[in-house]
Amino acid sequence: MGERELKKGSAELLILSLLEVRPRHGYELSKLVESLSGGVVRFHVASLYTLLYRMEKRGWVQGRWVEKARQRRRRYYRLTAPGRKVLAKQRSSWLAFVAAVKRVTGGQHG
Amino acid sequence: MVEELVQHLEDRHSELVAGGMSVEQADAAVLAELGDSDGLGREIGRLHAAAAGERVIPGSSSGRPLYDLWGDLRYAVRALAKNRAFTVVTLLSLALGIGATTAIFQLLDALSLRALPVEKADQLALVKIRDRNWGSGWFSGWHPHLSNALWEQLRDRQEAFSGVFAWGDNTFNLNASGESHYVHGLLVSGDFFRVLGVRPAQGRFFTLADDRRGCVNPGAVVSHGFWQRELGGDPAVVGRKLTLDGHTVDIIGVSEAGFFGPEIGRFFDVAVPLCMEATLSERNRLEIRHAWWLSVIGRLKPGWTIERASAHVDALSKTMLEATVPPSYPPPNVERYMQYRFAAYPAATGLSELREDYSTPLYFLLGIAAVLLLIACANLANLLLARASVREREIAVRLALGATRGRLLRQLLAESLLFAALGAALGLLLARLLGEFVIAFLSQPGRPARFIDLDPDWRVLAFTIGLAGLTCLLFGLVPALRASNTEVGLVLKATGRGTTERGGGFPLRRLLVVVQVALSFVLLVGALLFSRSLFKLVTVDAGFEQAGVLVVDLDLTALDLPKPRRVAYKEQLLERLRATPGVEHAASATIIPISGNGWNDDVWLDGGAAKPHFNAFFNRVSAGYFATMRTPLLAGRDFQSGDAEGAPNVAIINQTLARKLGAGPNPVGQRFRREADGSGRGEQVFEIIGLVRDTKYREMREEFSPIAFVPSTQDDAPDAFPEYVVRSRLPPADLTGVLKNAVAEASPAIRLDFQSLAEKVRFSLLPERMMALLAAFFGLLAALLASIGLYGVIAYSVARRTQEIGIRMALGADPGQVARMIVAEAGGLLAVGLAIGIVLALAVTRAAAALLYGLKPHDPLTFGLAVGLLGLVALLASVLPARRASRVDPMVALRTE
Repeated sequence: MGERELKKGSAELLILSLLEVRPRHGYELSKLVESLSGGVVRFHVASLYTLLYRMEKRGWVQGRWVEKARQRRRRYYRLTAPGRKVLAKQRSSWLAFVAAVKRVTGGQHG
Repeated sequence: MVEELVQHLEDRHSELVAGGMSVEQADAAVLAELGDSDGLGREIGRLHAAAAGERVIPGSSSGRPLYDLWGDLRYAVRALAKNRAFTVVTLLSLALGIGATTAIFQLLDALSLRALPVEKADQLALVKIRDRNWGSGWFSGWHPHLSNALWEQLRDRQEAFSGVFAWGDNTFNLNASGESHYVHGLLVSGDFFRVLGVRPAQGRFFTLADDRRGCVNPGAVVSHGFWQRELGGDPAVVGRKLTLDGHTVDIIGVSEAGFFGPEIGRFFDVAVPLCMEATLSERNRLEIRHAWWLSVIGRLKPGWTIERASAHVDALSKTMLEATVPPSYPPPNVERYMQYRFAAYPAATGLSELREDYSTPLYFLLGIAAVLLLIACANLANLLLARASVREREIAVRLALGATRGRLLRQLLAESLLFAALGAALGLLLARLLGEFVIAFLSQPGRPARFIDLDPDWRVLAFTIGLAGLTCLLFGLVPALRASNTEVGLVLKATGRGTTERGGGFPLRRLLVVVQVALSFVLLVGALLFSRSLFKLVTVDAGFEQAGVLVVDLDLTALDLPKPRRVAYKEQLLERLRATPGVEHAASATIIPISGNGWNDDVWLDGGAAKPHFNAFFNRVSAGYFATMRTPLLAGRDFQSGDAEGAPNVAIINQTLARKLGAGPNPVGQRFRREADGSGRGEQVFEIIGLVRDTKYREMREEFSPIAFVPSTQDDAPDAFPEYVVRSRLPPADLTGVLKNAVAEASPAIRLDFQSLAEKVRFSLLPERMMALLAAFFGLLAALLASIGLYGVIAYSVARRTQEIGIRMALGADPGQVARMIVAEAGGLLAVGLAIGIVLALAVTRAAAALLYGLKPHDPLTFGLAVGLLGLVALLASVLPARRASRVDPMVALRTE
């Protein structure tokens, strides 16, 4: 698996799990990913938003404009019910995958 | 989506700068991160394509223009809603501009351009005497083209028309006694309705059989409006009876709604056949060959043109004239009569006295309204330019992200399209309101109203939509082109300050404001010219005092007085009126000044060398007339009882007549002669017994005309319609009450009508009043719009120069100097605008010369006033920004972005 594919597969998981806590907007998401991953994972502007829109189209997240006094309006994304289901499923399959990889790469084997 | 991306980039940028990077470095970093922008474009394109199912073209938007347009419009709505103040102001001014122009055009259309609502109106032709500049006899009605004898000749001999009809207008009194109730009447030939091709809504119309000499009760046709208004839309209207001037007729039919007769601006109420003239009028115009009262229209036969028909009736002229020479004409009149020639003219738009009076002012007002629209569009352009410069950064980003210029142009154009659409809708509404107001303005209270059909037809709609579309294209395109020309790198590299210093936008806005100032100046000059002209007209010395005079119209026909007794009876009535408590003076007159009526004949000085004949006006008045009208008697005496029938003819003349007769400094005692008129009365000689001040006769605008006053006691053809002028200090309501009683005591069968002289004069000035009112309204509006435009530009300039101002103040300039600098900037714009405006105004006002009174179109006082007014306006517009500039805190200014 190339690094790119790895990222692509896990990108959705990253976003969805960040949104699990509370609704966020695009810039916030990109900052969080960068800081929480310790700089390892960094989203390109273009791909972040394409991803968000794709997920929105699939109904996993829902975005809406929020306007606050004297601020520009921003688009916040939140997790939908189907999105939560997808998150759970992806999370379990990811954890299973990681465990499998660990088993294969780490530890003793002949 | 783009908004999000832009925000993201800006957040990133701020973060980097906050972290210590310089602005340029942060710019570079962000651009670098953006890097693979093609990829983004492709991605987004792919998303859209997935939705649309089409192939992806990199860098473009979706291929569904309508969908995009809808999105653009929604975006435009949001954007406009944000800048509420500016949007409201500009939208209102645009709506007013469109509304005013549309309203005036609507009126012009109804008056001059639209065809009569009858079948195939373009086949109709009017037949009358060509280039008529001489006439003799008795003229009555609004369009006295032909006599009845000539009409019958034409009807019997013509071969160019498949049908011809004649009509004459009249006013009928519906009330048998007491105060009169007048309605507009028509006497029509039998074929009137058939040839016009209209259908009855109820009952039937006249036929040729109904219009025969000696008819007793051929019936009456009422208009749809009359039926609704006066008869309550009674479904059993056919068979109901009407009283016309004391004679009863049966209603036989109702015309359909929308048909108002052959004249634009005058709705008919009741129509009766021509033969009824014998019953209704004491002097039966059917038999009087020198009575001119009919108009004739024919429907061309298939294949005939107006020119051919015109040649045809021209060829018939001699025969028709020979057969109809009035027996009362003296030989010189006969000769001129025989020189008449007939011709045919297009009559698709009917006849209209209203059109003759108001056509020119309306065309003028249309020009004024169009200029107002231009000013409003300049405001629109300014607004769009201002917004475009603010959104430059966003546009740059979108361009970087792959949007095409075409797409962006569409977006920006969508905004001005929205504006134009809203403006057009509001404008149509305003146009309707304004149109109704003008119609109401033109109607005299208490008289049958003058109506024009104001429903918008396709011409008006096309005009409005065309106007709106044109303003949209013109003023949406320029800002859109400018904005889409933005250079991406240039914008993104800009300093973080909100606005850029690109050369383009601002000078164009200044140019627009200068244009606005120039155009407003022209409108202000127009407004002032017409207002001052009206003022001069209203205050001109008419030679008599209008205030306090009531005109009393009596109808004695019900008394059936034989001619010899009428003069005495009318004098007795006058005595009764004079004896009424509250009445200071009363007198009778056959011509009430400024009423539009007239009576003139050729006169010349008696005795001595043959002096040239010239035309003078006449009025037959009782003793006490000049006292009632407060016209000074300069020499000689007033009429007295000795000036009765049988005594030598006497007359009182005015100064102009004395001068034209060449009677010298004291005309009293001299004589003048009056020509034999066309009605059988021979040449007469008059002794001048008095001299009065000049007075206005027909209208206030005229130069004083020569007038001869003859006594009411020497009336050789007394009619049954005396008119009296009564001077009293009583309020009009009370006065009419006591006068009604006084007349009723003489006989309750006498019908009366009242109108104040002042009201008559006011009504005669209606075109001028309308011009002045509307021109003033538009002029003030224009000044207001120009001031708003000026304010916008100056305020923007101050915002732009905040740093510069801060530096100046830091270097020691005081607030006063700064304020003066700003005001001077406004003054500069004003000066340039005024210079252009003055040149324009000089060129344009020349065309208004005919409409003005007492003023030359280049009147320097007016121009000076307009300059002063605009200067004041400019000063006010710059006060607020100047104050703001002087309050700038240098520290804040220098730190500001």
